[in-house]
Amino acid sequence: MDPNFGKELERQRAYLLRVARLQLRDTALAEDVVQDTLAAAIAAEGGFTGKSSVKTWLTGILKHKIVDAIRRKQREPISASTLDEDADLEDFEGLFKGNGAWQQPPADWGDPEQSLSRQQFFDVMQICLDKLPPNTARVFMMREVMELSSEEICKELTITANNLWVILYRARMSLRECLETNWFSAGDNRA
Amino acid sequence: MSPFRHAIGHLLSCKDVSRLLSQAEERPIAGWQRVRVQWHLAVCSMCRSFERQLALMREAMRRYRS
Repeated sequence: MDPNFGKELERQRAYLLRVARLQLRDTALAEDVVQDTLAAAIAAEGGFTGKSSVKTWLTGILKHKIVDAIRRKQREPISASTLDEDADLEDFEGLFKGNGAWQQPPADWGDPEQSLSRQQFFDVMQICLDKLPPNTARVFMMREVMELSSEEICKELTITANNLWVILYRARMSLRECLETNWFSAGDNRA
Repeated sequence: MSPFRHAIGHLLSCKDVSRLLSQAEERPIAGWQRVRVQWHLAVCSMCRSFERQLALMREAMRRYRS
């Protein structure tokens, strides 16, 4: 194996662990899954064409390993627990008046690049992602990081498309509130 | 009742639009619904602001995974 390739894989370990932990909510299992991913990547080194980044390629392998782990863990359909355990959709009702209008106008977050170009923004976003309730986080990461299609997620977790949209809506609204509180309303983070 | 009056009689609220904009990331808004969303966005600066917030988060997640 090319030692530089091996080093590159190791550099990605922390990122893969963050994604796996958010999905699986089980550190030991996440570590196993990441270990399996890196092992598979080493075995498949010859198949890495360099067309995508190493990170993207590894995320693809990780995706399959996580889905396998979720399948093995799954004993009952997720939909009931997802809809009960996490915050209700009703929690976001408080954001709107009786007639459905916003209580508070959504704030102006300024020039996106002012935030997206800063590592501190992504540190704050990681904290916000970590705060998502477990099943919400899992679905959000499957969609936004692993880029599974709606159909794939619904099939894997045996939820309906409507369940999926509600969960993703909750995730986005939670993330939005967290970013608003911890980044955009803090001092000079609106540019 | 003409189709035009029917549409006016069922205006979307900001709450409706916030859910549709989120849903649009997974499934494009159906034609008839899209017109109503666009009407609402044309007159509601609050929802335009929310739409920009969603776009920022979408781009943030794109960079996060890349």
